[in-house]
Amino acid sequence: MRDSLVLYLTAATLSSAIGSSVSALLADRYPWILRLAAFPLLGLSGLLSLAIAALVLLEGVSLAIELPVGLPWLYWHLRLDALAGFFLGIIGIITAIVSIYGPSYTRKYQQSPYSLSALGFFTGLFVAGMQLVVLADDAFAFMMAWEVMSVASYFLVAYEHHQAANRRAAFLYLLMAQIGAVLILLCFGIFGSFSTDFTFDAFRVAQLDPLWASLAFALALAGFGMKAGLVPLHVWLPEAHPVAPSHISALMSGVMLKVAVYGFIRLLFDFLGPLRWEWGLVLLAVGSLTAIYGVLYALVETDLKRVLAYSSVENIGIIFICLGFSVTYLANGAPILGVLGLIAALYHVLNHALFKSLLFLNAGAVIERSHEHDLEAMGGLLRRMPWTGLFFLLGCLSISALPPFNGFVSEWLTFQTALQATALESGVLRAVIPIVAAILALTGALAAACFVRVYGTSFLGQPRSRHVRRAREVRTGMLVAQACLAGLCVLTGLLPTMVVALIGTVTESLLHQPIAAATRHGWLWLTPIGPETASYSAPLIMLGVLMALVAWFCVWVWLRKSRKSNPITRRDPWDCGFGGLTPRMQYTATAFAMPFEQVFRHTWRLKTQVTREMDADLPTKPKDLEYQLEVEDRVWLWFYAPVGKWVLNASRHVARIQTGHLRHYLAYSFLTLIVLLWLIS
Amino acid sequence: MKVVEWLFALLQMAVFVAAAPLFSAWIKRVKCWLQNRRSPPLNQPYKDLRRLFSKQVLLAHTASALFRTAPYLVFGATVIAAAVVPLIALELPTARIADAIVLVGLFGLGRFFLALAGLDVGTSFGGMGASREMTVGALAEPAMLMVIFALAMVAGSTNLSTVIQSMLAQGLALRPSLLFALLALLLVGIAETGRVPVDNPATHLELTMIHEAMILEYTGRQLALMEWAAQLKLMIYGVLVCNLFFPWGIAQTLDVASLLIAGVLLCIKLIILGAVLAVAESLIAKMRFFKAPVFLAVAFTLALVGMLSFVMLESAS
Repeated sequence: MRDSLVLYLTAATLSSAIGSSVSALLADRYPWILRLAAFPLLGLSGLLSLAIAALVLLEGVSLAIELPVGLPWLYWHLRLDALAGFFLGIIGIITAIVSIYGPSYTRKYQQSPYSLSALGFFTGLFVAGMQLVVLADDAFAFMMAWEVMSVASYFLVAYEHHQAANRRAAFLYLLMAQIGAVLILLCFGIFGSFSTDFTFDAFRVAQLDPLWASLAFALALAGFGMKAGLVPLHVWLPEAHPVAPSHISALMSGVMLKVAVYGFIRLLFDFLGPLRWEWGLVLLAVGSLTAIYGVLYALVETDLKRVLAYSSVENIGIIFICLGFSVTYLANGAPILGVLGLIAALYHVLNHALFKSLLFLNAGAVIERSHEHDLEAMGGLLRRMPWTGLFFLLGCLSISALPPFNGFVSEWLTFQTALQATALESGVLRAVIPIVAAILALTGALAAACFVRVYGTSFLGQPRSRHVRRAREVRTGMLVAQACLAGLCVLTGLLPTMVVALIGTVTESLLHQPIAAATRHGWLWLTPIGPETASYSAPLIMLGVLMALVAWFCVWVWLRKSRKSNPITRRDPWDCGFGGLTPRMQYTATAFAMPFEQVFRHTWRLKTQVTREMDADLPTKPKDLEYQLEVEDRVWLWFYAPVGKWVLNASRHVARIQTGHLRHYLAYSFLTLIVLLWLIS
Repeated sequence: MKVVEWLFALLQMAVFVAAAPLFSAWIKRVKCWLQNRRSPPLNQPYKDLRRLFSKQVLLAHTASALFRTAPYLVFGATVIAAAVVPLIALELPTARIADAIVLVGLFGLGRFFLALAGLDVGTSFGGMGASREMTVGALAEPAMLMVIFALAMVAGSTNLSTVIQSMLAQGLALRPSLLFALLALLLVGIAETGRVPVDNPATHLELTMIHEAMILEYTGRQLALMEWAAQLKLMIYGVLVCNLFFPWGIAQTLDVASLLIAGVLLCIKLIILGAVLAVAESLIAKMRFFKAPVFLAVAFTLALVGMLSFVMLESAS
């Protein structure tokens, strides 16, 4: 009964996503269709996904069906287990919330030269693609769904295609997505050659040689890492996220990167047989590099959405560090710690989906109202957009891993996992794991600095440009969506025990290792290993924070009477007695990051350009001063530029065979035919 | 018994918060002695706080709501941090709310709002202070976590009570890991609480200040809360150094005699620590801001070496 319910729900989810996509085709003629049909259908699809996730995780329902579509010898297999359910739930939450945000947000495109139909069509297709990736249970269905997801998101990135820069970013994204897809395909090919067919069931029982298994691991890491944004494969992220519409950025960063993580987890923990500790080390190295690299670039960027994109890179790094811990422990016979690492990874997946979507939706609101992408032009938005400001603050607190918010819980769980390194036999691993934990600590602290900088220069201080001065609060739909996400961030931070119990069902079905100790002491106490080792009570910390706010409120109420007769005096801030503080005298985002630039100066390639115009009468007095800082991605210079040059050169050489004579081409065809015949025979 | 424990924990927190200004007054007094100045009375910080609390609040035109709530949040976060640090008794229920990693997180929360408050008014000083504070914090926090990791690996727990108990259990064993961790914690504490040579709590010279620059625009009770929070943070670091590395005498049961002994011993330890800090501050000059990262890198390396020396030398494999 429940199985068939899940079946119907799955069908309904996919068909409402596709229905949303199809209905949006009429949106160019009737713009209301987007508001009244496409987005509600998308939201319905999200809610249904969430319902499926709830059934799977809470009731333990599972599903495995074969669809009568696909290749003649390989119909599409769909399967729903706890891992798929968890990721389907994440897709569902964010999709549902984005569809609340969408109708108000896309209103700004009604007067633009861009097609609303394209936006709605590809959004629906994108969501359906992601849902199918998670559900797919054979290599063919997986790759098809993966490609739908990639190509649909390409069109969304290229949506504002009148600017050349946007087209370029979208092309880069498509190129990298396709290379990644080829790597994943090769990885499946390895599995296919060791098993009877291309279903995932066959992959699960396939016995790979250690060498081939390692190769499959490397291909999966590169292929899924390209989509997830591992350094050095991350370069498309900071290009593609800023140019896509903000609700699409939220879906891409919050959900699509997680779908890539899903693919990797599925392959690593489900298909690849016995895990090897070397893989764990590789994951730790790649994850640490990604985390620290991402956060350092986020720290110096001044484009709001690029900062968020680099911060996504950082968070993906953290997730891979957690996975690395998990693999290392599992390979060394410490299954409980391995499960703990995986729980930390999945917790961070959920957290990042929530707070990064929130921050992208905030950024969309800010950019819509202020018409500015650049932090250097913002300022003082908190007084103009108080609600957006509040939700942005909650997002910043969550992403900065501060208690009692959700980012802290996953970081804390990761540290707890790392601190059990003494349980390992190998001395090297016992030393490496704490060092990785140290890098993680540095990353967390730098992320806090990064988001103080973002919030301080955009929402606090005084406005630095005219548009920003005139900004006002966004429409209710956009605020409600932000409020939902902010509420979820607080909730998942406040009730870590429940979330861990929920994720525990996923890890139990994947690794067959229950995690009872973590939640044994009730909802108030999270004790990952045991109460004497470590305990954390987020609700009580939150109680303390609330008491501080209540204290402020009491003082405020208590003084209300006296304030009426004697209002709070407002004065000019301290200006050293010179008078006339202007917004230009504030600390800018670049100035804020200056000490970090000094400390970590070898990380970036910074181009500073100072132009100084002197007074004609007095040559020592500067009249006009301009300071410009450009940041270049080092990876781009070291890796992509040489590869790009090499490809161009190679293609120039290959082009020589294109002579333009018909007889040459006929000869090529003939030779090819001969070679093929020889190969087949 | 449960209720009594909770009540005692709250009482201990109150004592902690109330005693914090006294500790900074003591450090100031020793510094004055060393510099041949007449020192203010030991109750001077309390008088200052009382005066500030009774004064009128002035706000900048540009200050937002965040500026007004920040002092309460900064103070609140520091008070919660004080609640989870064992002062004179172990095994209190509040110690289980948060372990040492959460303690660092709570300091991070306080610092986050402190820096935002600095940026809120939109003056260069606030921004400068915030930028510098976040730089120092971003480098001090990992070093602090490394210290905690070293301790946690030695004790097999991040719970402060359990760590202290394992220190008590092992007696006066000289472990290289703990020695390194102690040195690192001292350096981190100096940087985190804004003491010489990283920051100078007495200065109001615009170009050199960090903490003072962020709270430059505060007046009245808001300033009082910020100042008190800073004093409390200093006291927490002092108590951490005393109780983590020299825990002897701390009360393990809740009876009057052992609590009394623990209180007196902790006072003596803090008096010595404060005097040491004052001597060090009088001997060392404040360093350039861009030297501070080197200072913190030393702290980080010391803590890392401490942890690695535990992993390599001390843990039986």
